[in-house]
Amino acid sequence: MTDVGRMQAEVVAQSPPRPQVQVVPVRGLPIVAVVVAFVIAAIAGNWLWALTFCHVVGGGLWTAIDLFVGLIVGPILGRLSVPARAEFTARFMPKMVLLMPTLVLMTLAAGFQLALREGNLLAGNPNHAWLIVSFCVVGVMAVIALGVLEPANIAVLVEMRKANPDGQVIGLLMKRFVYTAGITGLMQVATLIIMTRVATQ
Amino acid sequence: MSDTVSAAVTGAPAAGRRLPPVAELGIGSLALVVIGGILLASYVPRRPPLAAPGALAAVSGALLVAGVFLLARLEQFAWPRFFVVFRWALLAYVISAGMIGFAFVRDHTRGAPLALVLVMLVIFALDVPLIIAFTVARYSSPPYSAD
Repeated sequence: MTDVGRMQAEVVAQSPPRPQVQVVPVRGLPIVAVVVAFVIAAIAGNWLWALTFCHVVGGGLWTAIDLFVGLIVGPILGRLSVPARAEFTARFMPKMVLLMPTLVLMTLAAGFQLALREGNLLAGNPNHAWLIVSFCVVGVMAVIALGVLEPANIAVLVEMRKANPDGQVIGLLMKRFVYTAGITGLMQVATLIIMTRVATQ
Repeated sequence: MSDTVSAAVTGAPAAGRRLPPVAELGIGSLALVVIGGILLASYVPRRPPLAAPGALAAVSGALLVAGVFLLARLEQFAWPRFFVVFRWALLAYVISAGMIGFAFVRDHTRGAPLALVLVMLVIFALDVPLIIAFTVARYSSPPYSAD
């Protein structure tokens, strides 16, 4: 073996083992089930506090995480070394697979029911137009999130489970993930303006 | 050097493979269903006019069928991986669509508007798993042209 070959073998031996990537963290599923059951109960009971809680907490977390990932984590991630990026991605993305759809479901389902309960959807209500604009903003975000962001997230995780993950594919998909998270994050600012407007009319 | 690093260095032939625009058709279909859903939701609790949302649902369904047709013609494709991902995503989105449907039923949507909402939800529950499974499987397929 040449010196270079021996050095490479030592690097392989010393490099930390790749983290086991689990596409859907099974341990988180009961928490998701509890949250979904709570949202269903809140809608079925038309329970003001629970609907407000689900909408405000879900929406606040959704907005904050989108902005934080798109504008803070994303640019930092882009400057990390490839192994550091891979290790971060392997630990970060499975959590997003469960967290974001749950927050979105919680926010939208509770928000729609809340608007209906409070009469904000009635044509004569001063908030009606604002809510239609918020539907449009959420609609654009939903198409981006469901059509681009989430498939990229799942594809990265599946790629990382392979014996020989393709770095180019992961890089391409992560770039897509971070850019779309940034776009939806910026659109969340519009949602914040609309929602604070609705709450104070 | 870890597998991830070596893969990053050697590059990825799979990333450059040309495939039919299944994901793009799925995203188009999803966008039309979302627009139709917004039109319907904007009339709640009144009875909405159904012509525009119905037309959007029809075009959306056509785009979905076109995507499935193009996908079904692929021979050299990671079908086992596609179906594994599709099954699990379908389960998740059937639950999600079920919740949206429940909200509409709970809010006394009945008759033709409810039927249209359910059709849109079926398209939604098929669109998203299709896009996810296709995106995953395309990077697991051999790096040769499917054309």
